[in-house]
Amino acid sequence: MSKDTREPLIFDVSRPGRVAANLLPKCDVPYQSPSELLGAESLREKLPLPEVSELDVVRHFTHLSQRNYSIDAGFYPLGSCTMKYNPKINEKTAGLPGFAALHPLQPQETVQGALELIYELQKMLAEICGMKATTLQPSAGAHGELLAMMMVQAYHAERGDTQRNIVVIPDSAHGTNPASAARCGFKVKGIPSNEKGCTDLAGLEKALEGGNVAALMLTNPNTVGLFESDIQQICQMVHDAGGLVYCDGANMNAMLGLTRPGDMGFDVMHFNLHKTFSTPHGGGGPGCGAVSVQANLEPYLPVPTVEKEGDTFRWKFDNSKSVGKVHSFYGAFLIAVRAYTYILSLGKEGLRSASENALINANYIRARLADYYDVAYNAPICMHEVVFSANRQKREGDVRAMDISKRLMDYGFHPPTNYFPLIVPEALMIEPTETESKQTIDSFIEAMIAIAKETQENPEIVRTAPHTTLVSRLDETMAVKNLDLRYAPLFEE
Amino acid sequence: MAYISNTNEDRAEMLSAMGFTSFDALLAPLPPAIRYQGELNIPTALDEGGVLRRLQQLAAKNVDLESHLCFLGAGIYDHFRPVVVGMLAVRGEFATAYTPYQPEVSQGTLQAIYEYQTLICGLTNMDISNASMYDGATGLAEAALMATSILNRGDIVVSGAVNPLYRQVIQTYANVTGYRVVEVPTAEGVTDTERLSEIVNSQTACVVFQQPNFFGNLEDVETLTETAHKAGALAISAVDPISLGLLKPPGDYGVDIVLGEGQSLGNAMGFGGPLLGFFACNKRFVRSFPGRIVGATQDSQGRRGYTMTLRTREQDIRREKATSNICTNQALLALCATIYLCELGKTGLRHVADLSLQKAHYAFQQLCAIEGVKPLFPNAKFFKEFALSLPVSPSELNTSLLQSKIVGGLDLGAYYPEFAGSSLFCVTETKTKAGIDALVSATEGVVKGGKA
Repeated sequence: MSKDTREPLIFDVSRPGRVAANLLPKCDVPYQSPSELLGAESLREKLPLPEVSELDVVRHFTHLSQRNYSIDAGFYPLGSCTMKYNPKINEKTAGLPGFAALHPLQPQETVQGALELIYELQKMLAEICGMKATTLQPSAGAHGELLAMMMVQAYHAERGDTQRNIVVIPDSAHGTNPASAARCGFKVKGIPSNEKGCTDLAGLEKALEGGNVAALMLTNPNTVGLFESDIQQICQMVHDAGGLVYCDGANMNAMLGLTRPGDMGFDVMHFNLHKTFSTPHGGGGPGCGAVSVQANLEPYLPVPTVEKEGDTFRWKFDNSKSVGKVHSFYGAFLIAVRAYTYILSLGKEGLRSASENALINANYIRARLADYYDVAYNAPICMHEVVFSANRQKREGDVRAMDISKRLMDYGFHPPTNYFPLIVPEALMIEPTETESKQTIDSFIEAMIAIAKETQENPEIVRTAPHTTLVSRLDETMAVKNLDLRYAPLFEE
Repeated sequence: MAYISNTNEDRAEMLSAMGFTSFDALLAPLPPAIRYQGELNIPTALDEGGVLRRLQQLAAKNVDLESHLCFLGAGIYDHFRPVVVGMLAVRGEFATAYTPYQPEVSQGTLQAIYEYQTLICGLTNMDISNASMYDGATGLAEAALMATSILNRGDIVVSGAVNPLYRQVIQTYANVTGYRVVEVPTAEGVTDTERLSEIVNSQTACVVFQQPNFFGNLEDVETLTETAHKAGALAISAVDPISLGLLKPPGDYGVDIVLGEGQSLGNAMGFGGPLLGFFACNKRFVRSFPGRIVGATQDSQGRRGYTMTLRTREQDIRREKATSNICTNQALLALCATIYLCELGKTGLRHVADLSLQKAHYAFQQLCAIEGVKPLFPNAKFFKEFALSLPVSPSELNTSLLQSKIVGGLDLGAYYPEFAGSSLFCVTETKTKAGIDALVSATEGVVKGGKA
C-alpha cells in the first residue's frame, strides 16, 4: 500500500559532467584570467549546483507540475482567494517583447506604451472603486496594506496628529491587516463582530474614544462573506473621530459595477490584481496589490507617479509629501499588463456580469448546502463567498473542517479555505467565482452532501482522508521539530 | 459574456432554486444609497482579436530590448533566458495554483520551493533560504528591520554604494518605524571602510552593503563584515546571484543575512516587475525570519513529502506579532530561478558569470581607448558593470546611441550628483563582440562629433 511515489529531487538526478544544452556562446573577446581581473581571494571554489540534461529538467518539472492541483485542472473554491479562470490571452500579451523585454531605467521616450498602459490601468481601477488616484507599486495585498498604513501615518503627521497610534481592526480580518499595521508602528485594537457577523457599532464607538485612532481597517464584503450594510455609518463614525478608513479589497470580486468602496466612504483601498483581475496566483505569487486613494491621500502616494501631458506620459519623481518608494521600480508591470488585458476583454458590462455571476454561484451553494452544513451567520443572502461551520459534523461524527477539506480532495476538488475567519469555529469558506458553471458547482455540492452523509455513516473515511492523493496527511510537527529546509547532502564535504 | 460558463437558463435555475426571480434580490444587503447606478467609465468589451491588437499597439510604442542592444544594468539585467524556463513555468499546473496551504495536492509547488531554497543556500553558502520576497529592495528593507528586532537596536547603517533605489525603499520602511538610516560615504567607488568603523556603535543594528556594489565594483567584504561584527551588529549583503558563479559566496565571509534580486535567474526584465527577492540567513535566526519556508517531512504512511513550516512566525497565525506581514510572494519567479539554475547547472552558471566578466572588461577597455573617456574609479575591480566619465553628456550620448539601436548606460548624475557626466555600463553574456564594437564605435562617433 505505501508505495513510494515520490519524484526524486533534481539533486538526486544529477551526474558529474552532465550538461543541459548548448545554451551559451564561446567567448569571442580576448580571454583574461578571472583571478587577475577579480583577485584570486575573491573567487569561490565549490559551486554546489546540479548537473543535469535538459531532458532531465523537462521531465522533472513536468512531473512536479503533475503533483499540483490547479484552476486549469479543476474547481478551486478557496475562499478569499478568488480562484477564477486565468485567461490564456493574458499570458500572450504579458509575453510580448514590447512589454517583457523592457528595462525599467530605459529613457522615458522609449517606454511610452508602458507608461500609457500604467496610466490607463490606474485610471480604470480608480473608476472601479470610486476613488481619485491609484498606484501599482505594491507587490501583493499585504504590501498594499502596508503602503496604505504608511500613507495614513503621513497624513496624520502632516496635521500634527502624531498621537494617533492606534489602528482598529475587526476580529474577522485577514491576519495581514494587523501585521501590516504593526509593521508601521501602530498599535492594533481589535473589535469583536456582532451576532450578525458584521461590525459591532457600539464596539467601534468605544474603540474610537480618546482621539488616538489613526484608521479603521475593514474588509467589505467582510470575511464572513456578508456585506457591511452599516458601512456608511461606520465610515462616518471613524471620520468624525478624525480617523481614516481603509478597505481591504480582497473581496472586490463581489462589487464590480455594483457598488464602489469610494462611494461608501472609504479613504483608501487595495486591489489584488491576482484575485479580482484574473492574473494567475503562480503557486504563491507574483501578485499586485494596487492601492487607490481619495483626494485626501493622493499627495502621499509613492513615487514615481505617472503623468500625462498632451500625448506624452512621464514619470514624476519629485513629490515632497510622498511616503517614498516601496518597490525597486514601479511594481509588477507584467501583472498590470495581464489585468489591463482582462479589463479590456470584459469591458464595463463584463465586469458587472463577473460580480453578478460570482454572487449567484455563491448564494446557490449556500442555499443548496444549508440543510447539510451550518451557515456561519444566518443572514438571508451572502455575497461572493459563503462561510459554513462544520460544528454539526464535529458534534455528530467527530469530523472536523480539516477532515472535510481533505475528503474533498478524494472527490476531485480543491478544498475551501478552512479555519478562517477565526471567529467562525470549524470554518469552511467557499468562493466559487463567476467562471464556474452550474454543472461544476452541482458536482461540488453533491460531493459536500456525500461527505455530510459519510460523517454520519462512516466518519472514519473522512477523518483519515485524503485516500487518493500522492501523499496522505503530512506530519507538520515533525517538519518543525526536525527542520529539513534544504537538501543536506549537497552541502557535505 | 467573457469567461462566464453559466447560461441564462443556468442562472434562472439557480436563482429559482434559491427562491428568487431576479438577480437584484441578491443585492438586498446593499443600502440603495451606495448601489452603483451609473455605467463605469471603462470601454465596452473588445473581442479577443481586438484586445490583442490594442496590446500589440501599446507594446509597439516601446523600444524593446530584443530589437535593441541593452547596456543598462543597475539592478535589472539582460541575461540569457533558456527557452525551457518559460516553457515549463507557463504550465497551468504551476501558474494557476494558489499558495500551497493544502500540501497533499500541492507537492509540485512545495518540492520546487524546497529545491529553490536548496539552490539559494548553495549559491550563497547560507544555512536557510525562504520561499522569496517581493524584490531585492523590499528584501533588503526586511533584512534591516529583522536586524533591528533581533538586536533591539535602532540604527541601520547603509553603504552609499548600495543601489540608491534600494536605499530609498529602506528609508521609506525606516521612516514609519522610527529607525535611523545612516549612510556610509564611498571612496573610489567602494564603501569607505575607515569611515564605517567610525560610524558603527552600540546602536548599530546592521551594516548593509552590496557585492558587487551599485557601481559594479568589488567591496572589501571581509573588512565590512568584520567591522559590523566588532560593533555587535549584523552584516547584511545584497548580492548579484549571477556573480556567485565566480565570486566567493557571502557565507564564506560570515555575512548574517544575504539577499538580492533574482530577476537575472531566468526571469524577464518586464519593465522592472514582477521581480524576485531571494533571502537567506544564518540558521540561528530561523525564528525571526520573514516569509514562507518549506520543509521536508513524512506523511502518515512514512512517505517523504513537503509542507510549509515554521508557520507560527507568520501573519495569519501571529497577526500583529508576526515577523513580517508578507503573504503572497513571488513563487512563480522562484520556480523560474529554480529551473534556470538546474538547466545551467554548475558549469553553466560559471560560464554565464565568466562570459559577463570577459565581455564587460573588453567593453571597458575599448571604451576607455576613446579619447576623453576615462574610468570613474580607476583602482576598482569590477564584475559586469563599470562607471565611465564621459566627455559628452550621458543623456545626449544615450539619445544618439538609440539611433544605432543601442540603449546606453545609466546616467549616474541622476542618482549621484557628484558623478554627473558619468555613465554606468553593464555588459552581460548576451552581448557579442560585434555588439560591443558597435557600442564603442557609436560612442566614439558621438564623442568626436561632439568635439567638432
